[in-house]
Amino acid sequence: MGETVLKVENVTMQFGGVVAVDNLNLEVNRGEIVSLIGPNGAGKTTAFNVITGVYPPTNGCVSFNGKVIVENFPKGKMKKIYMGDPVAVRSQTVQPTPDKITRLGIARTFQNIRLFKSQTVFENILIAEHMRRTSNLLTATLHLNGEEERRMRTEADELLHILELDDVRDEMATSLPYGKQRRLEIARALATKPSLLLLDEPAAGMNPQETDELTAFIGRIRDDFKLTIFMIEHHMDLVMEISDRIYVLDFGRLISQGTPDVVQNDPRVISAYLGVQEDE
Amino acid sequence: MKKNTEIMINVLLIALLLAVLFILERTIPSTSMLFTVLKKGAIYALVAVSMNLLNGFTGLFSLGQAGFMLVGAYTYGILTIPVDQRPNVYMYFEGGIVQFALHPVIAILLAGVAAGIFAYLIGLPVLRLKSDYLAIATLGFAEIIRAFFQWDKLGPLTNGSNLLRSYPSYKSVLFYFIFSGICIALIVMLINSTYGRAFKAIRDDEVAAEAMGINLAHHKRIAFVVSSYFAGVSGALLAMYQTSIQASMFKSAMTYEILLIVVIGGIGSVTGSCISSFLFIILSEWVLRFLDNTTYIGSFQVPLLRSGFRKVVFSVIIMVIVLFFRQGIMGTREFSVSALLGKKKKAKGGEQ
Ligand SMILES: Nc1ncnc2c1ncn2[C@@H]1O[C@H](COP(=O)(O)OP(=O)(O)O)[C@@H](O)[C@H]1O
Ligand SMILES: [Mg+2]
Repeated sequence: MGETVLKVENVTMQFGGVVAVDNLNLEVNRGEIVSLIGPNGAGKTTAFNVITGVYPPTNGCVSFNGKVIVENFPKGKMKKIYMGDPVAVRSQTVQPTPDKITRLGIARTFQNIRLFKSQTVFENILIAEHMRRTSNLLTATLHLNGEEERRMRTEADELLHILELDDVRDEMATSLPYGKQRRLEIARALATKPSLLLLDEPAAGMNPQETDELTAFIGRIRDDFKLTIFMIEHHMDLVMEISDRIYVLDFGRLISQGTPDVVQNDPRVISAYLGVQEDE
Repeated sequence: MKKNTEIMINVLLIALLLAVLFILERTIPSTSMLFTVLKKGAIYALVAVSMNLLNGFTGLFSLGQAGFMLVGAYTYGILTIPVDQRPNVYMYFEGGIVQFALHPVIAILLAGVAAGIFAYLIGLPVLRLKSDYLAIATLGFAEIIRAFFQWDKLGPLTNGSNLLRSYPSYKSVLFYFIFSGICIALIVMLINSTYGRAFKAIRDDEVAAEAMGINLAHHKRIAFVVSSYFAGVSGALLAMYQTSIQASMFKSAMTYEILLIVVIGGIGSVTGSCISSFLFIILSEWVLRFLDNTTYIGSFQVPLLRSGFRKVVFSVIIMVIVLFFRQGIMGTREFSVSALLGKKKKAKGGEQ
């Protein structure tokens, strides 16, 4: 596989006294599909939130295409109550807002679907065009950006067509069946033209047939859009079938990593998972 | 094309409206209540739409409208009082420090700028926080600015707690309609632009909007400053309409009136705000006036009718609306000719 696209180093995320992610290290290479699995509350979504700038980590560093995009170290009050790994404490701060991360080429979906409720499928996609505008407040308000406006609409329509959502183009996003809403959320993320796509439990709540379709869909967009995909998922069929590599998180810590075969047979993974599978 | 005919119809309707106003002005005495209602309605429509831009389309809750209108009204008055009138107006402050007068239209535009600058400064710290803080901060601003403008030390500029008057004002109702109409049209064009789409995304889901590459602080600031700009402009128009102003007029009750208009019209509907502005003004200036007047039938004093009772009735109306008609008159829909003619509008989101 190609060069490293995403690198997470020593990332610790502590909420008050709760260490949600503890000294996480991982890499995702170009063109790979990598999965992050682990029981509920293991810290997977929190890891995504750190990568995408939603939370500044308590400590650690995230690089994208070799450039540091997020970095922090414990300071102020956190310096006293820090409970993460003390060895890898850093000394710099880089804290972008999530929109900046998106503009760098990292797009994401959310565990609980977050579509724009009052808007149509088309409008949901169209919003992603805003960040590539060349018009300013004045020219946009006076509608002097006709060229750009047409381009935005054409691009949004093209994407809807490619992803076979054009038949529901003008429906309200929230009126779609659940599976289609999930697909729309992925489509909306793709509309930002990312090179790295983060999917947070894309198959959550889907039946086996929908899950199979989603598996094919993810494989297809990886190829068609030349993506690298980093995915949180619970459906083991999907994960095992599609992943090049897997990281396993439990109580904020990595407990296993490797190819699906390796992870599947790792006794630590089995015990971490069996404990939880029952109460789910 | 269908879209073109709709534009044609709208242009014709507007021309017709202006023609009717033109004729009315030449046939009905200018002191008629009708003109009061029309002028004030136009001014309130503008400030209500500006509030709706924030509350209805960006999901930000500001309660500073009266404060921004005050800034606009004072800016207008201060900049336009004729130099030879200043010794009269600023008689306790030796004619004041401003010794020039601008063209009224330029002064109105600058009134918006002044309000916009205040909004920018308030927004810098506040818009980074969660949305609720904006309501508190703007309410506080409106209260403080009212006291500040009446402060004696500022007298040479604001005339302290005395009236600002003798500034020029246009009498024709056409002026208020055209000026306010252009401003509302600009707000609608903003809402229909790519920036407006970003505002609506923020309103629907801030986290998702951010994930779509929309910078929250930047866009909230734009919405807040633009909204306040037009509140300032409407304040200038109000000053003009009233021919004299005083800071103590711009109480928070004024903001609540505007909020009531927005809620009645439908949060997220521009045409709703316009319709309900006129309804509100007709009711409060015309129909419900009697509520404030102590009335006798023979020697029997009708109970409850006395100064201030109008406010009580309004409070009840707003409560009823909030409890039972949360959508207001229009909900988030817009009034349009084609909808009125029964042609069902195709699902929105198509060509604008
Ligand atoms: N904003 C937050 N504030 C406090 N605790 C949080 C916050 N977000 C997540 N957590 C905690 O972090 C832990 C990991 O949560 P999460 O990352 O959502 O788990 P997962 O996605 O693996 O199910 C949980 O104990 C959760 O309660
Ligand atoms: Mg999660």
